[in-house]
Amino acid sequence: MELRGAAVIVTGASRGLGAALARELATTGARQVLVARDSQALEQVAEDVRRRGGEAHPVVADVAQPEAAGRIAGMAGALVGPPAVLVHNAGSLGPVPLRPLADTGDAAFEEAMATNVVGPFRLTRAVVGTMALRGQGAVVLISSDAATTAYPGWGAYGVSKAALEHLGRIWQEELAGTGVRFLTVDPGEMDTRMHRDAAPEADPTSLLPPETAAVRVVQLLRELGQ
Amino acid sequence: MKLAAAELSPAPVRAAERLLHVDPRAGTLTDHLLEELPALLRTGDLLVVNDAATLPASLVGTGPAGEPLEVRLAGEEPDGSWRAVLFGPGDWRTPTESRPPPPLVELGTALRLGPDLGAVVSRVSGLSPRLVWLRFQEPREQAWSALYARGRPVQYAYETFPLSLDRVQTPYAARPWASEMPSAGRALRLPLLARARSRGVEIAWLTHAAGLSSTGDAVLDAALPLPERYEIPAATVAAVAGAHARGGRVVAVGTTVVRALEGCARDHGGDLVSGPGVTDLRIGRDHVRRVVGGLLSGIHARDSSHYELLAAFLPSPLDLLYTLHAAAGGYRGHEFGDSTLILG
Repeated sequence: MELRGAAVIVTGASRGLGAALARELATTGARQVLVARDSQALEQVAEDVRRRGGEAHPVVADVAQPEAAGRIAGMAGALVGPPAVLVHNAGSLGPVPLRPLADTGDAAFEEAMATNVVGPFRLTRAVVGTMALRGQGAVVLISSDAATTAYPGWGAYGVSKAALEHLGRIWQEELAGTGVRFLTVDPGEMDTRMHRDAAPEADPTSLLPPETAAVRVVQLLRELGQ
Repeated sequence: MKLAAAELSPAPVRAAERLLHVDPRAGTLTDHLLEELPALLRTGDLLVVNDAATLPASLVGTGPAGEPLEVRLAGEEPDGSWRAVLFGPGDWRTPTESRPPPPLVELGTALRLGPDLGAVVSRVSGLSPRLVWLRFQEPREQAWSALYARGRPVQYAYETFPLSLDRVQTPYAARPWASEMPSAGRALRLPLLARARSRGVEIAWLTHAAGLSSTGDAVLDAALPLPERYEIPAATVAAVAGAHARGGRVVAVGTTVVRALEGCARDHGGDLVSGPGVTDLRIGRDHVRRVVGGLLSGIHARDSSHYELLAAFLPSPLDLLYTLHAAAGGYRGHEFGDSTLILG
């Protein structure tokens, strides 16, 4: 799809893959709305995008909160127009440090579900209508191999990512023929804060830079519809 | 702001939402379910929707001497200022006509609309001192952020619970231009649109800044609707021309779409022109339509402003029959009620 002039929403854009993706999109001509909780880090990423000649508008919001979807969709509509691309990148590990399900508290489990499943469900619901009306749109779900492999200790995260992938599959079936596409991307093990939280002992040189996955996501978007 | 979960779902569509089909050509009125809408359309027909999202247009704040007031935003101007109607203390639970008046403001009066949003009066209407133009003091992004943090949808005293912003959006809402929900579109859930498309019905869109429907000021209310801005994409202009050429019917979803299409055509010698515009067209019984053939709308009572527009589609005595039929059949009015299709 053509990214020049396209309105794009990226959640979790203040660091890691989200920030790398925003910077990668800076030179495509996309008009970005960047979402995260941390306003200072988010503003920094938006500034990076602008320095590279891109357009970026920071929207401070927590996708896990019920009001966030209306705020994000509304501000995107006001600042960059009807979204053509939505990237669900914001993610929560659940309990940190990771622990077995038997030792996972309700709050940590629910936090993973709220950020990784319920938030993306609401935000998707808020934008797919305009995509379907226009006959074009892409919703990217950033997932993990923890969605399909039962890694001990990754319970809350793995379950929520499995649910996110299935959410995408059902949306895709329900919107078949509308021109709205759902893409699930497993970016692999990246050198990010989330990975350090999950596996502090991992050797960073064995991990991919998030920029590699960001390039791949942009490539996938470009190839859509070709 | 803490909202109950029930407030944050899309506007509920009741299982058996109803559709009253009026065929002005045949002079008939028939009862249907909304689900049957695609079957009432024909291959080659064109539905035109208004994709404006509903603004969080109601803000509470204080006047220059700390007087409590409510601001209802009535549309952003091309220069970035906002048209707004001011109300005294209170909220939607009090009917607009019973609300106390706002403090008098003049050019340069500063209003506080929360800790992170201030506005200055940049113009006062000659019609009423309650109709003003405001300029937000914060940069655009911050002003929008504050609007979405603090604003509530405009609503009226006939509702029984506070509406969340999610409840007053159509399924395909995009740019937040509307002061009140373009409510006819609420009925068009995505599966219904998909079924219409699969029957060969084309769907096009425009954006029209639906304004306030009540201000509590008799002079202002009489002047409604105020001039409203719209934008018609080139693809929609082409779709309308295509429908006319093949004998398809152009069906406006909502009175705002009628106003944008007919207003644009009137201002351009009968032709639709793509791009942004502003229309002050008031459509009534005598309006000769140039573009729109049919209308999907809510159920409107005889004393409502929408009824006059409806009458442009309903030659007498069908207008009277429509009113009697809707009342006898127990059709529900207001923006969450049943629908009317006027199409023959």
